[in-house]
Amino acid sequence: MATVTTTATTSGSRSAKSTPRKPLTVAKKRQYRAAYVLVLPFFVIFLAMIIVPLGYAGYLSFFRKQLVGGVSFAGFDNYARAVQDPAFLAGVGRMGLFLLVQVPVMLVLSLFFALALDSGMTRLAKFVRLGIFVPYAVPSVVATLMWGYLYGPDFGPFAQLANLVGLPPPPFLSPHVVLFSIANVVNWEFVGYNMIIIYAALRSIPSELYEAARVDGASEPRIAWSIKIPAVRPALILTIIFSVIGTFQLFNEPNLLRILAPNAINSSYTPNLYAYTLAFVNQDANYAAAIAFVLGIVIMALSYIVQLWNQRKESQS
Amino acid sequence: MSASTPAAQPTHQAAGTSSLTSDELDTSTGRSARTPLGTEPKQRKNMVLTVVMIACVAYFLLPLYWLVVASTKSNADLFSTFGLWFADFNLIENLKTVFTFQNGVFGRWALNSLIYSVTSAVGASLLATAAGYAFAKYQFPGGKALFSIILGAIMIPTTALAIPTYLLFARAQLTDTYWAIILPSLVSPFGVYLMRVYAADAVDYSLIEAARVDGVGEIRIFFQVAFRLLMPGAVTVLLFSLVATWNNYFLPLIMLNTPEKFPLPVGLAQWQSTASAGSGSQALFSTIITGSLVSILPLIIAFLFLQRFWQSGLSSGGVKA
Repeated sequence: MATVTTTATTSGSRSAKSTPRKPLTVAKKRQYRAAYVLVLPFFVIFLAMIIVPLGYAGYLSFFRKQLVGGVSFAGFDNYARAVQDPAFLAGVGRMGLFLLVQVPVMLVLSLFFALALDSGMTRLAKFVRLGIFVPYAVPSVVATLMWGYLYGPDFGPFAQLANLVGLPPPPFLSPHVVLFSIANVVNWEFVGYNMIIIYAALRSIPSELYEAARVDGASEPRIAWSIKIPAVRPALILTIIFSVIGTFQLFNEPNLLRILAPNAINSSYTPNLYAYTLAFVNQDANYAAAIAFVLGIVIMALSYIVQLWNQRKESQS
Repeated sequence: MSASTPAAQPTHQAAGTSSLTSDELDTSTGRSARTPLGTEPKQRKNMVLTVVMIACVAYFLLPLYWLVVASTKSNADLFSTFGLWFADFNLIENLKTVFTFQNGVFGRWALNSLIYSVTSAVGASLLATAAGYAFAKYQFPGGKALFSIILGAIMIPTTALAIPTYLLFARAQLTDTYWAIILPSLVSPFGVYLMRVYAADAVDYSLIEAARVDGVGEIRIFFQVAFRLLMPGAVTVLLFSLVATWNNYFLPLIMLNTPEKFPLPVGLAQWQSTASAGSGSQALFSTIITGSLVSILPLIIAFLFLQRFWQSGLSSGGVKA
């Protein structure tokens, strides 16, 4: 994360100034030891719960298990299989579409709400802020259950209303619409969270930055567009990256809506659902590991592209 | 970005303290009270914007409103009455069913959720605070490299890790135990990042130096001097780990087999698939709905009461991220 390394260097040079470089004194050694002691507990668990599983997944992905002959080395076969696997590719493509549809809607809404609250022009601001944020505290399982019932043709209020005026129930759970229904659930869950991140960044812009513009008669939307949005770009980038990571990991919502819409959502609907099915239904841990690995690479690559794009924008401005 | 970092330092602290006071103040004067400088002219309220915002809030509250209404209905009324309005009041009956169905396993799930989330959140927060403080306040060999590795791990999709973690745990015979949920939830790379940013501002070098002059050991400085100052950041990490673990579904789904060890989301999802699968078991819907309502109340209450912590803590992360 390029933005992060800049903070690292600034604070690094700050502390270098306060402690000039000297040969290792007893005090210095004591400080090193303290630093290691403080970092160690986290790092041990970090190694055991992230690095080791990651390495193990990499290792597994190079093997194959067959009914006849047992486990054998497979080289890059699992990866070759993954990039040609229609089920996997369809899932990745579906998440690409989801990313293009859901993430912009979510972030534009989050940004709009944050700006509206920050402008001070909204009454009941505290109620609005909490009302939009509160879904974040709801587990995605419960969120999906609720929306699933709301969407449902049996006792969902939308179907009831449609029935009242003599229309067929809206097809929220049909094969072509269900992706958008999932997008709606994800939006509902995370707009408030992203709003709070952006809002917090907006609150910390020194107001003299736009006070002058306001005195000059610039409108509130104009100030938002020209001053506030550029100032909170780091926070926006953070929300974009988190959204990319979140999108490609999508599992809970489709897995639960599958119960209601088994014909619209299959077992490889998202890459993560596919990896889960491979590992726990097909018992093919090796191929599942390769899928998880490819998925991780896709996510890292996309996050990296977002940062590159951000840096280019930054150097232009 | 690099230029904005030192400049953001004082304003972030001002924003943090101002949100402390704003909680005691009326919402309508929110803006002027929260402005760090307090020199801003009073903004005119815009009716159109307010109406739009209230309409949006209605969308966000609609499912929760529906959940409250639906949890007061009998299973038959769910199907026969309009979803967005009340029918015969059946909440007490529903609650009784929730807590007695399958020998009261729901209470067990709630307890499990509490154990998983509190243990993980306290642990994750302590580990992240200690590490973040060390990265912020000590320059030690390998520190920068370690920190970059941890930062890189923020982008590793946790669900992609869950399957290999499961396979490793299966070898160590740790699956279907409480550890299978708690251990992976203790690691919060983003928490370390947040605490590093937070500690850089919250703990002044002069304080550390003063303690050193007094002969206080480095570790004691952390626990007795720095920790108090790091509390708001630590509570933010705690709260977000609490939410992440309380709401986690994927990890417990793959790790646990015994229903008595399930947390609430896995349990509720299991009820849902039972209810949808069998034709005779439809009586479960009102139970699932009421159980869902019970399972979301603790976190909503925690968020409402701990507002000032997560809001000020997030602002420090948001500014510099």
